[in-house]
Amino acid sequence: MTDATADAPKRRSLTETLELDTRLLGMVGAFLVLCLAFDIVTDGRFLTPRNIFNLTIQTVSVAIMATGMVFIIVCRHIDLSVGSILAVSSATMAMIQVEWLPQLLGLGHPLLWVAACLAGLLVGAAVGALHGWLVGFLAIPAFIVTLGGLLIWRNAGWYLTDGQTIGPLDPTFQIFGGANGTLGVFWSWVVGALAALAAAAAIWAARARKAKHGFAVKPLWAEAALTLLAAGAILAFVATLNAYDVPTGRLECLFEARGEVMPEGYSEGYGLPVSVLILIAVAVAMTVIARRTRFGRYVFATGGNPDAAELSGVDTKMLTVKIFALMGALCALSAIVASSRLTNHSNDIGTLDELRVIAAAVIGGTALSGGIGTIHGAILGALIMQSLQSGMAMVGVDSPLQNIVVGAVLVAAVFIDIVYRRRTGARS
Amino acid sequence: MTPLVEMRDISIAFGGVKAVDHVSVDLHAGEVVGLLGHNGAGKSTLIKCLSGAYRADSGSILIEGKEVQIENPRDARAHNIETIYQTLALADNLDAASNLFLGRELTTPLGFVDDDRMEAETRRIMARLNPNFAKFKEPVKALSGGQRQSVAIARAVYFNARILIMDEPTAALGPQETKMVAELIQELKRQGLGIFLISHDIHDVMALCDRVSVMKNGRLVGTERVADVTDDEILAMIILGKNPERA
Repeated sequence: MTDATADAPKRRSLTETLELDTRLLGMVGAFLVLCLAFDIVTDGRFLTPRNIFNLTIQTVSVAIMATGMVFIIVCRHIDLSVGSILAVSSATMAMIQVEWLPQLLGLGHPLLWVAACLAGLLVGAAVGALHGWLVGFLAIPAFIVTLGGLLIWRNAGWYLTDGQTIGPLDPTFQIFGGANGTLGVFWSWVVGALAALAAAAAIWAARARKAKHGFAVKPLWAEAALTLLAAGAILAFVATLNAYDVPTGRLECLFEARGEVMPEGYSEGYGLPVSVLILIAVAVAMTVIARRTRFGRYVFATGGNPDAAELSGVDTKMLTVKIFALMGALCALSAIVASSRLTNHSNDIGTLDELRVIAAAVIGGTALSGGIGTIHGAILGALIMQSLQSGMAMVGVDSPLQNIVVGAVLVAAVFIDIVYRRRTGARS
Repeated sequence: MTPLVEMRDISIAFGGVKAVDHVSVDLHAGEVVGLLGHNGAGKSTLIKCLSGAYRADSGSILIEGKEVQIENPRDARAHNIETIYQTLALADNLDAASNLFLGRELTTPLGFVDDDRMEAETRRIMARLNPNFAKFKEPVKALSGGQRQSVAIARAVYFNARILIMDEPTAALGPQETKMVAELIQELKRQGLGIFLISHDIHDVMALCDRVSVMKNGRLVGTERVADVTDDEILAMIILGKNPERA
């Protein structure tokens, strides 16, 4: 009670009242400016439902891995092998569903994609756990272990496939890729509405919990504004993806396949891609792990002060194995999305992804010195990188220049971050 | 009366260098025992065998007369031994509550970390230890030396330590904060805790301790009741390794 009256005379800014992260706001602002700029330069071709749809499905693979990279970097490690783990998982899954299992079960068997996915995730997690064991228990620096892994696993994948491109992948498996697997307009609205309700419920449950302990809570209007903002953003996103119509030629093919004739003037929106749902599920799960589990707490504590964590009874060696195994599993998940988007496995899948993933995490505010980073920041970082790249491609920037710009943006973003942290002092 | 802690004949060597060489010390409930000596005398190393950070090469540790094995910090905590390290051992990027409960988080019935309950508990104990403490939301990096010290102490006190190890508790503090820590030590002593106080500040030790054990070059010089010796005699023990002469 006394606290509340003491605080009252102090004028608080809007962001403070809403308890918004100013750093995140800055990133969202930069992202919006970027999008608007590209939209103007391309005469309105950038912010179309079609491009937004493509942008989203192109971001998924890197974004999924970036969430795992946050844990790795927060723990003061690095993983240079994510692109190669993606490749070896993808090779395993492709071989299982195209070469090995069909000989036993027959092509088109419903278990093909399930077995492939499970095996891929297992391979990814096992390779990650091996890296974690080398780093944690044998004390080999993560940089070296994963630099070795970068060379080893892509080429292990090469031996699995004899360097051949393996495809086409199982039709059910291809649902995870993007355009081949979308919810359609109706179910997208259902999912969007449920997500909006869930977001609102989460905001108000947190408020009730705080009030129960007698902590200060935000004013009601602020809470309501946040709820509307969250729900509005979710529904606007769904509306945009629903507005992108499946090309007529493709619809005709679908009708033809069912032995029907497409009615005149028929159209259908894509809606939410399954891969985006996977990313959202990963984002929610990883955020919960980071904020609400002991494991996540220990990851951040170890990054902040490894000795303190160790002295507090945290098994930091085992923790290292776990975060690398998690990273490996997420690489395999990305492999599912990436290979099914391409509808085949080729040996160069995920090449240079390690750099995109690290850049996404770092642009998203993950500090290489450890202890600081957020899941949503990393995903936003991946989105910014992808927008920059495809925006420049649309404008017609030469591909060497594209890479130069992306590189410069990475360095500049980290510099701005350092300045920001210095200005705001320890309140990071 | 059986001592609360007995460390018997402890030795530990690092690559041939004997950091601690057959040292025995003990501690009773409601007593503060100072461990004195120069840097590198082996006092921190000795006490780390009790807090679980190191394992002794030989010797035994008895708690209330029973021999125990302390292999890691978790074992030490299980015997209600809490340590406040010189470096404070705080994760700078986490807030006070997360640090206080690090390794022993309160959880909801579903097994998730219950931050709100931990913050409420932290507020409760801080109201007792350091009523001026208000920065519950900031990472502990933003706290002053004294505030950080109170987080470290709160961590030991909250979990009902019976044996408290304080490694240079006032090294980084101003006079006001040093006084606060001194008062707290007296309070904890009254509550019946046994406290090992490691220091190289002889005035601290003379003011706060009941007995002192002096170490030099990894060996125990001797253990004396503070009331029986002068500052100069203690200094002679530290510098020359010479025990006071009894009349």
